[in-house]
Amino acid sequence: MNESNTLLEIRDLKVSFFTPAGEVKAVNGISYTLGYNEVMGIVGESGSGKSVEAYSIIGLLQSPGKVTGGSIRFEGEDVLGFNDEQMRRFRGDRVSMIFQNPMTCLNPVYTIGNQLVEALMCHDKGYTKEQARARAIEMLELVGINNAEKRIDQYPHEFSGGMRQRAMIAMALICEPKLLIADEPTTALDVTIQAQILELMKDLQKKKNTSIIFITHNLGVVAEICDRVSVMYAGHIVEQGPVNEIFYNPQHPYTKGLLASTPRLDEEGRERLVPIEGTPIDLLNPPQGCNFGPRCKSCMKICLRQKPPFAQVEDGHISACWLHFKAPSGKGDAT
Amino acid sequence: MSDVLLKIENLRKYFPVKGHLFQKRRYVQAVESVSFEIYKGETLGLVGESGCGKTTLGRTILRLYEPSSGRIEYAGVPIYDSEKKIAVDMLPYRRKMQIIFQDPSASLDPRMTVGEIVGEALDIHKLCPNKKERQERINTLLDEVGLNTEHANRFPHEFSGGQQQRVGIARALAVEPEFIVCDEPISALDVSIQSQVVNMLEDLQQEMGLTYLFIAHDISVVRHISNRIGVMYLGQLVELAESYELCSHPIHPYTESLLSAVPIPDPDVTRARQRILLEGDIPSPLDPPAGCRFHTRCPYATERCRLEVPQLKEQGSGHFAACHRLDG
Repeated sequence: MNESNTLLEIRDLKVSFFTPAGEVKAVNGISYTLGYNEVMGIVGESGSGKSVEAYSIIGLLQSPGKVTGGSIRFEGEDVLGFNDEQMRRFRGDRVSMIFQNPMTCLNPVYTIGNQLVEALMCHDKGYTKEQARARAIEMLELVGINNAEKRIDQYPHEFSGGMRQRAMIAMALICEPKLLIADEPTTALDVTIQAQILELMKDLQKKKNTSIIFITHNLGVVAEICDRVSVMYAGHIVEQGPVNEIFYNPQHPYTKGLLASTPRLDEEGRERLVPIEGTPIDLLNPPQGCNFGPRCKSCMKICLRQKPPFAQVEDGHISACWLHFKAPSGKGDAT
Repeated sequence: MSDVLLKIENLRKYFPVKGHLFQKRRYVQAVESVSFEIYKGETLGLVGESGCGKTTLGRTILRLYEPSSGRIEYAGVPIYDSEKKIAVDMLPYRRKMQIIFQDPSASLDPRMTVGEIVGEALDIHKLCPNKKERQERINTLLDEVGLNTEHANRFPHEFSGGQQQRVGIARALAVEPEFIVCDEPISALDVSIQSQVVNMLEDLQQEMGLTYLFIAHDISVVRHISNRIGVMYLGQLVELAESYELCSHPIHPYTESLLSAVPIPDPDVTRARQRILLEGDIPSPLDPPAGCRFHTRCPYATERCRLEVPQLKEQGSGHFAACHRLDG
C-alpha cells in the first residue's frame, strides 16, 4: 500500500498496565497500516489486547494503562503526541468509536437528540441549533430509526437494544469521521438484530467511505464485513492478511485452531470439533518464547526460547511462527 | 432412542409484575403452552433470542420455577400436573435431573472451595457413607471434567472461566444424574475454550448415557451438539425438528430468518447468502400480540395470523411447526 493511501499507521505499539501485581504487557509491539475506505477486522479472545490497542488510538486508555512505546500516525500526524485539546478535537471528529454495550455508553439523563447535537456542537461545525437538530434527525433516519422526529426527544431507556446501537452509530458518524472503531458492536445483540446492524454498517461504509476497525471474536462476523484481518493472541498480532487468505489459507497454528474449533451452521455432518487445548496465558508471567507455544500442537524447541518473527506468506499476508522457517516444504519460506 | 424420558404438555410460566395499586395485575408470559418430549440419550437443543423464554422453560422443567400450569412427566411419572393437582417433592428427582448454569462465576459460591461445592450434592443426597469415599468421589469427578485433584482446595475465583464451568459441570455430575439442562453453558467462555467444553459434554454423554436439554442462543453450536432442535419465539415453541433437517429445510418464517442471520465463518459463503431481515424488535412478553405472536414481524402475515393462534403440527416425519401458512 502506498503512503498516500494510508489513513492510519501503527508502528510497534506497546501498551502496559501497571498493576500492583506487576506490569501487564497487554499490547506488546503491534504494527499495521489501514488504508482509506478499508475495513480491518481484529480478532482475538478476551485479554488478547484487541480493545486496549483500539483505546490507545482514540486516547481513551485509562490508568493504570499506559502506552510505553511505538507510534500511531493518523494521516501523518502523531496521535500519541497530541495534547488534551488536540485530542479532544481529534476524537469524535476524525475518529470515533462505538462500544459493545450501548446502554452503558449513552447518557441516561439526556435525550438521544441532546447527545447527538452535543457531538456536533463540540466540534464547531458551524451549525446553528436548529441545523444541528435537523442534522441529528437526518442521521437517525440514515441508521434506520423510524419516526426520527419523535424519537429524537426520547431517552435511551425508551430505545430497544438494537435501536440504541443504531443511535450509537448515528452519534459516531454524525461528524463524518474518517475512521470508525467498532469494539464488539454486535456481541451484546441477538443474531437477527446483529444481522440488521451489520447490514447497516456495510451500507454506511459504502455511502460514507469510512474506514472501520472492527474488533470482534466472532469469525462469522469477520468473514462478513472485513477486507483484511489481524489475528491477535496475548498482545501480539500472530497473523495478518486479506480476509480470503485468512479463511482459506490460514498459516498460524492459532488461526487454524480458531477456525477448526468454530462450529459452522452449514456443515454437513456432526464432525467433532478440534479444540485448542490449554488455557490463555497469564500476561503477568508471559513465556519467554512464542506466546502460543504452550498451547501449540506443533511446538518446537525454538518456540519456547525465542519469539518468532513474521514471515511473508503471500503478498500482504504475514504470519509469526517458527514453522515457516523450519518447514521443509517451500510454502511460507522466510523473507 | 425411542424411550421418552421427559414429557411436557402445555407448560406455562407467568411472572406477575407489580403494578399500581388499582391497576389490574399483569403477567410476563415467559413460557406459553409449550409441549415436547425428550428421548432417552438424546440432546434436544433449544434456540431463540434473548427474552424468548428458553432459560425460563429450562428452569420450569426442573421446577426451579414453579410452573403456572401444564404437566411435566419424568420417566413416565408425573412430577407436576396442574389439573390433577400433582406437585411431587423434587428432592429425589434432583438426583436425576441437574442443571449447568450460564455464568459459572455467578453460580458458584465464592466462599466455598471447589471440593465443598462438588461435595455438597453428595452430602445432601447422602451418597457417600464416609469421608474417605467422599473425597475419592470428588477426586474422580474433578478428574472426569479435566481438573486436578489438588484443585479441590481452591476457591472459584482462582480459576479461569473455562475451569469454573468445569467445576459447574462436576457439581452437576456429582449425583450421577440422567438428565441435565445445559443453560447456555458456553456463552460466557472464550472461543477456544468453548469447543473444549462442547467436546467434554459430548464425551460425558457417551460415557454416562446422559440426556441433555441444551439451551443456547448460538445456533451453530446447538446445531453441532443436538439431535433435535426446538426454536422458541416469545415464549412459544414455533418449530421442532431433527437438527440437520431444521437447518437445511426450515419451515417457520421465524426460523428461516433466524438461520439466515447467523454469520458463517467463510467469506465467500456468507457474502453470497440471501438474508431475510426482520423488521423491528421482539414485542414485549407483557403484552404479546394476539394470534400468532410472530405476525408483527412476519413478511407473510395475513388476517388469520392476527386472530388465530397457530398450533404445532407435524409436517413430515418428526418435523413440527406452528404456522398458518402450512394449511393452505
